[in-house]
Amino acid sequence: MSLNAQTARAASGAIRDTAADTGRQLPQQRPNIFQRRKGATQESPAVNAILTIVLSIGAIVMAAPLVWMVSTSLKTKDGVYALPPEWIPDPFVWDTYARVFNDTYVLSGIKNSLIVSLSVTIIGTVFSSLAAFALAKLRLPGKNAIFIMLLSGMMVPFPTLMIPQFVMFSRIGWVDTLLPLIVPVILGNVIMIFFLRQYLQNVPDSLVEAAQIDGASYWKIFWTMILPLIRPAIAAQFILWFMAVWNDYLAPILYLNTPERQTLQVVIANMNVQYATQRDYPLIMAASVISVIPILVVFLVFQRQIIESIALTGSKT
Amino acid sequence: MATTAPPAAPTTTSWSKEDAKAARKANRKRHRNENAWAAAFMAAPVIGWVAFLLFPMGFSIYASMTNWNGLGNMTFVGFDNYVRLVQDPYFWKALWNTVFYMIGIPIGLAISLALALALSRKIRGRTFFRTVYYIPVISSLAAVAILWQWAYNGDFGLVNQALALVGIEGPNWLMDPTWSKPALIIMAVWKGLGYSTLLYLAAVQAVPRSLYEAAALDGASGWKRFTKITWPMVQPVTFFLVVTNIIGGSMIFTEINIMTPTGGPSWSTASLVWYVWNQAFRNLQMGYATAMALVLGILVLIVTIIQFRINRANDFSID
Repeated sequence: MSLNAQTARAASGAIRDTAADTGRQLPQQRPNIFQRRKGATQESPAVNAILTIVLSIGAIVMAAPLVWMVSTSLKTKDGVYALPPEWIPDPFVWDTYARVFNDTYVLSGIKNSLIVSLSVTIIGTVFSSLAAFALAKLRLPGKNAIFIMLLSGMMVPFPTLMIPQFVMFSRIGWVDTLLPLIVPVILGNVIMIFFLRQYLQNVPDSLVEAAQIDGASYWKIFWTMILPLIRPAIAAQFILWFMAVWNDYLAPILYLNTPERQTLQVVIANMNVQYATQRDYPLIMAASVISVIPILVVFLVFQRQIIESIALTGSKT
Repeated sequence: MATTAPPAAPTTTSWSKEDAKAARKANRKRHRNENAWAAAFMAAPVIGWVAFLLFPMGFSIYASMTNWNGLGNMTFVGFDNYVRLVQDPYFWKALWNTVFYMIGIPIGLAISLALALALSRKIRGRTFFRTVYYIPVISSLAAVAILWQWAYNGDFGLVNQALALVGIEGPNWLMDPTWSKPALIIMAVWKGLGYSTLLYLAAVQAVPRSLYEAAALDGASGWKRFTKITWPMVQPVTFFLVVTNIIGGSMIFTEINIMTPTGGPSWSTASLVWYVWNQAFRNLQMGYATAMALVLGILVLIVTIIQFRINRANDFSID
């Protein structure tokens, strides 16, 4: 316990450095990292031109594998082996995508992944925010000990818990259902609790006290006052959490055996094994493209918010 | 929300200025009420902690001292599993591989700090660059692993085709015990670059301009400004990234299992988690695998504590 207490203290020390002062002004003014800054030290145009070239080469390296994934998904089975490789498929084979939806478990995979990620993140966010509210603003003897106890959970890697958890869930017959992927995580996310609590500590206690004096119940205070207040912090954590659950692979492969019950990541990983022997790379790549696209669209649409909130998350650490 | 409903209904508190005793009593009542609500609000994560962390941990400690296939009876064997682990060359190989992957962390951080510094300048298309560098981060690891497995193909892979352009004959990456680990490291750096760049960028932009201006007035060189201002000022982000990357890196599994399903040529890619998973769920050596998993957890904990210690010793602040 003393170890946990120390690490937690050290963690909060690390936070104090950067977050305390920037965090306090959060509700009013959020730093816009897209803003151009003026003046200060002069920048040499020549250096900037060289950097632009370097960044462009870097961008090509970063994007090439993904562009190639899309390109391969549209090739014929033999076109995949063309040397030198063709970047623009000739001919375009759109039929592969129809095959992905008709002949494979990608559609049920998407459905299962959505069930898991949406239920976990939506309900889990409510639980996490309630706990963060109580930890930051309500009186309860020993609540700091509870917080440190919850934090200690961050120190335990999932692989350490996976075997006993698997045995637990197999005893109650939950193997090959989505429940083992939902139940342990839906009760709250420690990282989210941590950040929301941090965020709420910058909200003056007098706000909550005033509402209390007006006769509002804590339940009502939470829904009408706290929740709208912490929405930006929730949004950041929600998106990160959603992506983590959507992209999870280890827990789903432990529990899901029946193809139509598997989540998308397991489906495409199994396709990779199954269709590689048939040399059907376009089909595998098409399924991979499909698994990336939903998140990519969300990212491109909410890019500004996501990037700002992730940068914010980092600065709070 | 039936599970979080509190035992007592909230009551409006009435204050009597004349009667202090009554006020104190009301106060106590109010506190009890508040305590009840607080407990109810915290209930879900606490239940989760007990049921899915504390209980499994306790069970793990016992199971690690048994010989057990996960289904049948558990035979208590004391510390045999731990003795076996110390003597198991595969365990040490997996541990070595896992540590080896960490080479990617300083490489990735150095590149992302450089990128962040470049992107903090007035460069055309900064938003575009930021987006492109970030896309691998949001892509699913399974899809990325499948893609890179194909990209590392010795004959038709994208990587060797690109190397051929500059006259290098690339190895057969994932089939070559020398190159399989570097291959995985390169992919991990590519995947994680955007995230660290973003955090560094925010930190770099948060450095007060006045510090640089003062340093420039004092005639400090660019390198000096970097080592004396930028580097210390982004240190909390570096610390955060190192800690999270080491914890994340110690759990590396997905890409190993997808790209090298048998642990790689001469077992050169098998990570600790992969070995634990393999022992537990393929070989049904649940007792032994649990012991390994516990050792992994303890190792991660020790490394994390050491890092917090070092960080505290180096605590740095300007002004």
